[in-house]
Amino acid sequence: MTPFSYHRPEAIDEALALAGPDSRFIAGGTNLLDLMKENLLHPRRLIDINRLPLREITPTPEGGLLIGALVGNAELAWDPRIEARYPLVAKAILAGASPQLRNMASTGGNLLQRTRCYYFYDAQTPCNKREPGSGCPARDGLNRMHAILGASDACVAVHPSDLCVALAALGAQVHTQGPQGKRRIDFADFHRLPDDEPWRDNNLDERELVTAVELPPQGYAGHCAYLKLRDRASYAFALVSVAAALDLDGERIRGARIALGGVAHKPWRLVEAEQLLCGRRAEPAAFAEAAERLLQSAQPLAGNAFKIELARRAIVRALGEAAGGTPR
Amino acid sequence: MNTLAAPVGQPLARVDGPLKVTGQARYAAEFGAPGLLHGVVVCSRIARGQVLRIDAREAEALDGVVLVLTHENRPPVASYDKPYQDDDAADGSPFRPLFNDRVLYSGQPLALVVAETRELARHAASLVRIEYRQEPHQTDLLAVREQAHEAPEPPPAPRGDFAGAFAAAPVRVECEYQTPVEHHNPMETHASTVFYQADGGLLVHDKTQGVQNCQRYLEQVFGLQGRIRVLAPFVGGAFGSGLRPQYQLPLAVMAALKLQRSVRVELSRQQMFTFGYRPRSLQRLRLGADRDGRLQALAHQALGQTSRFEDFTEHEVDWSGMLYACDNVQLGYRLAALDVYTPLDMRAPGAAIGVFALECAMDELAYAASVDPLELRLRNYSEVNGNQGKRYSSKELRACYVQGAERFGWAQRPQAPRSLREGNQLIGMGMATGVWEALQMPASARACIDADGRLQVSSATADIGTGTYTAMTQIAAAALGLPMEAVEFRLGDSNLPQAPLEGGSATVSSVGSAVHQACLALRQKLLDAAQQSPASPFTGASLDDVAFANGSMRLKRPPYTALALERIVGVSGALEAEVRVEPGEQRKNWATATHSAVFVEVRVDEELGTVKVSRVVSAVAAGRVVNPQTAGNQIVGGVVWGIGQALHEETLIDHRLGRYMNHNLAEYHLPVQADIPSIEAIFVEEHDSVVNALGSKGVGEIGIVGVAAAVANAVYHATGKRVRELPITLDKLL
Amino acid sequence: MSQNLPAAGAPAACRILLELNGERRELEVQPWTTLLDLLRDQLGLSGTKKGCDHGQCGACTVLVDGRRINSCLSLAVMQDGAKVTTVEGLAGADGLHPMQAAFVRHDAFQCGYCTPGQICSAVGLANENRAHTRDELREQMSGNLCRCGAYPNILAAIEDALPTLRGQGGDA
Repeated sequence: MTPFSYHRPEAIDEALALAGPDSRFIAGGTNLLDLMKENLLHPRRLIDINRLPLREITPTPEGGLLIGALVGNAELAWDPRIEARYPLVAKAILAGASPQLRNMASTGGNLLQRTRCYYFYDAQTPCNKREPGSGCPARDGLNRMHAILGASDACVAVHPSDLCVALAALGAQVHTQGPQGKRRIDFADFHRLPDDEPWRDNNLDERELVTAVELPPQGYAGHCAYLKLRDRASYAFALVSVAAALDLDGERIRGARIALGGVAHKPWRLVEAEQLLCGRRAEPAAFAEAAERLLQSAQPLAGNAFKIELARRAIVRALGEAAGGTPR
Repeated sequence: MNTLAAPVGQPLARVDGPLKVTGQARYAAEFGAPGLLHGVVVCSRIARGQVLRIDAREAEALDGVVLVLTHENRPPVASYDKPYQDDDAADGSPFRPLFNDRVLYSGQPLALVVAETRELARHAASLVRIEYRQEPHQTDLLAVREQAHEAPEPPPAPRGDFAGAFAAAPVRVECEYQTPVEHHNPMETHASTVFYQADGGLLVHDKTQGVQNCQRYLEQVFGLQGRIRVLAPFVGGAFGSGLRPQYQLPLAVMAALKLQRSVRVELSRQQMFTFGYRPRSLQRLRLGADRDGRLQALAHQALGQTSRFEDFTEHEVDWSGMLYACDNVQLGYRLAALDVYTPLDMRAPGAAIGVFALECAMDELAYAASVDPLELRLRNYSEVNGNQGKRYSSKELRACYVQGAERFGWAQRPQAPRSLREGNQLIGMGMATGVWEALQMPASARACIDADGRLQVSSATADIGTGTYTAMTQIAAAALGLPMEAVEFRLGDSNLPQAPLEGGSATVSSVGSAVHQACLALRQKLLDAAQQSPASPFTGASLDDVAFANGSMRLKRPPYTALALERIVGVSGALEAEVRVEPGEQRKNWATATHSAVFVEVRVDEELGTVKVSRVVSAVAAGRVVNPQTAGNQIVGGVVWGIGQALHEETLIDHRLGRYMNHNLAEYHLPVQADIPSIEAIFVEEHDSVVNALGSKGVGEIGIVGVAAAVANAVYHATGKRVRELPITLDKLL
Repeated sequence: MSQNLPAAGAPAACRILLELNGERRELEVQPWTTLLDLLRDQLGLSGTKKGCDHGQCGACTVLVDGRRINSCLSLAVMQDGAKVTTVEGLAGADGLHPMQAAFVRHDAFQCGYCTPGQICSAVGLANENRAHTRDELREQMSGNLCRCGAYPNILAAIEDALPTLRGQGGDA
């Protein structure tokens, strides 16, 4: 860990004033300290935002919920409003990390997790995400965990979050505040594909702070499922995960939401695939079509072709579970 | 009289339990002193080449950084191979840390940064710049399979005519199995704390399975004969990783000598992937049988990887020549050298992978011959170790099969794959046999009863979680008829009586025998002491005439006088006996082994390929079990290891970089609590008067052997897919 | 609180206040020191273990304000004002904590290195009161690796101790 100065502001403006090119905000610290200890990040200034007033979950005028950026992952998953109205969010959170980490990690921080790519995580190897221009050994190396969608020559890493997959599916919004003021970013526009700037995971500006995540009114509470496939039963990152949600009118699908984790540099969602389901009967043939469409542009790497078939089956399974009623 | 009565055989709580659950048990990195310095290791980025320059100026300039140790400024060390050859050394030239500028593998320690705090040392280590001259490397076993050489310790010689018998066999199976590199990953990382003493001697706390092994190593490498004491009262798991002195030990000693100060070096989890490991293997099996499945011919050829500097040899194929009756056997074992570190014994070395392949092949044979897999094993049962041509001193494997199958409900299993299902889940049942050697090594122990009647027994062995403290206390308490509370067993100190490395499931057999004999010798001394007093009722009595129970020595004949041991030593003063026990001559005429039968049920999601082990029964024949609770825990732990081997564990290497890449516990998957079902361990009754005086064979390894095969066989039974490459991850079942 | 960066070497220390195992402690810590290293290196509370230093094993689990966390991924300075309970703080004057006693009774460990983390995690789990079935217990104890493979005994110990703890309430 490189030496840094430590600051603990009490107000958002104070925090923003401290932010700069070599600074980082720290909340739970579960990923940032991990990266700093691995010698992958070297902030010279840490701004501890835990005393900022961002711990509330409040109803929005539209009928959704506004989740303060400092709300802990476990706290969020176990909030009665989340459990009742947004079980998809709760299920996604509880599928990730460990109880200890979920007690520490914040909502805002969860959005900013870095990839688990082996090469990104080993300071002794090249990685375009870590050292722009150094190359991507994963593209032709160990890439079983890596992207099948939206990857670039520069980077084939995937986003590791589970919560984000649910938020993408629900169409959440990210509230931020920076020197230029406040803004709301649609979840689909928050994370980026790697393109030729893989070191940029998201569209936040350097000094911008995530202040909240807003959930829209529709939570698909009755018909949703989060299915995570991984190499052990718990405490492992996803090979493929699916957040699936259906709005049913009897057996007919009125609306559908599907997002995939573990397959791309961001949670993968395709509105066209969801629209394919609208008006259809909730049955495997329809789900398979949606899966086909969602994976249409999938490109396997040498080690991860299985993910395409796995994702296809997982989508069908998750939609089937959702159609049968949210599993308790 | 029976000196192996209760508490031997009782499921007693661990004597070190309270220390462990309160955080009072202290491990190698947990001993401190004012002014203790912290060392952080800098490892090689390349797999082969030469260090051209180490630029440590930036690190050294930091306030609080005391030293950057490299091959250029280290203290003098021995230059020949011999001093480095520890008790578990492989054939060849052991690795010598910071010896010269050669880079032999990726991850090799090249510098040690020593600073006043851990954080500062870590930061400074990140500032050390190393320039290399890189040379082409090879780390891929498959790429060099044609360049393999015979292992220095060849497998048992062929017997019969394999080629002829195989060609003539009506049922034949030919298959190839692959197993990956695995790392021990004990929860405690390797660490050494070296206290520099006023007289220039060193008191060393090390994570090791052999304090005397480390002591000798340091004495020889640094020329410090008689000035090293090594302690390891608690070891946070090892599974073989502590059988050889690991590099943090000599590095910490170098820094302590150079600075004449106390130093601690603690490896990071990533650095736990920079020394020994279970080698990758490639195994070819050919089994020929008659129509009833009786083996006519068996060949097992294995290729293992080793380093360029040592030939690591393990017993990988030997099991195939001893587990079943077969007259025509051909075993082969070759090694290929790579630019990697030397492999290292890891829980049931050789057997964990060799028996995996054999027992999967037997399952293939069961299907080829249309015989129930358990019935196939019974048809090929052998009372003789075919490699040696000797009968087993005891072998209750048949009882393991019977009791394990009964408890598991094997009889209800339909033979055809894919015949059991529940919703999306395919259910499969598989079984396998396990086998391990029942070794005994020379060992010494001292038993001392003090004037208060408290017994202290000691030997320089280790307790790596295996329950040594508790088992030895039980053996000593039984021998002298004392309550557990009156006995203290000490270990993990190189000053104590000689003990072999704590490994190979031989500790109860070796050290336990020594403890037992030392206590028996002490009985004689107690009797002698009691006879010193004039008119002693014990006058003329021999040991046969007295019993030791309830803290007393009692005459077994009239007048049945009982004398508290406390009163004997109250008069005589403390009494002491030290013995050295060698394996008995009688062992030479017999084959000795532990056996097990493992039954596993799995549930496989037919569409998604996820495998969940839902039930395990492991029936074990290991002779006398000193403590069924701690021994059962060992077996269960072995089963968990086997599940990890079957489904999760694999160290991934990028051969272009020659480097392990999943060097952490997030991507090197050990099983977690959610992966583990109910596991039932059964000890079948087995009496053995040959193996050692205790009749006890050891249980550290047998628990894992066969488990991975039973899981793989269950997966086949569930899905009809034969996965021949571990681990069985979901992608292999899609 | 603000603390500036010195030119070289270690950053300057900050003063923090902890309620550590029931005792008020005023401590000087460097900002880059984790809670785990503070406990182990500075305070001699080596009961809290370091297995990976990256939140991947759970050996460093402690209770902060009654909730289980990985002490390796928290800076000590960030815990200013918190109530921290380590394995050393669980046993009362009248003997072992019920969870510790259950671990001994069920032989829920071998080498003992993951044990303090398992116990603190189990106490945290009891406080959360979210695990009711055996599979839920397994899932919610999956943040604590045990390389010795004592999982079934760990589970048995927790199942045994939970009713007692639920009866007591409180946060260790």
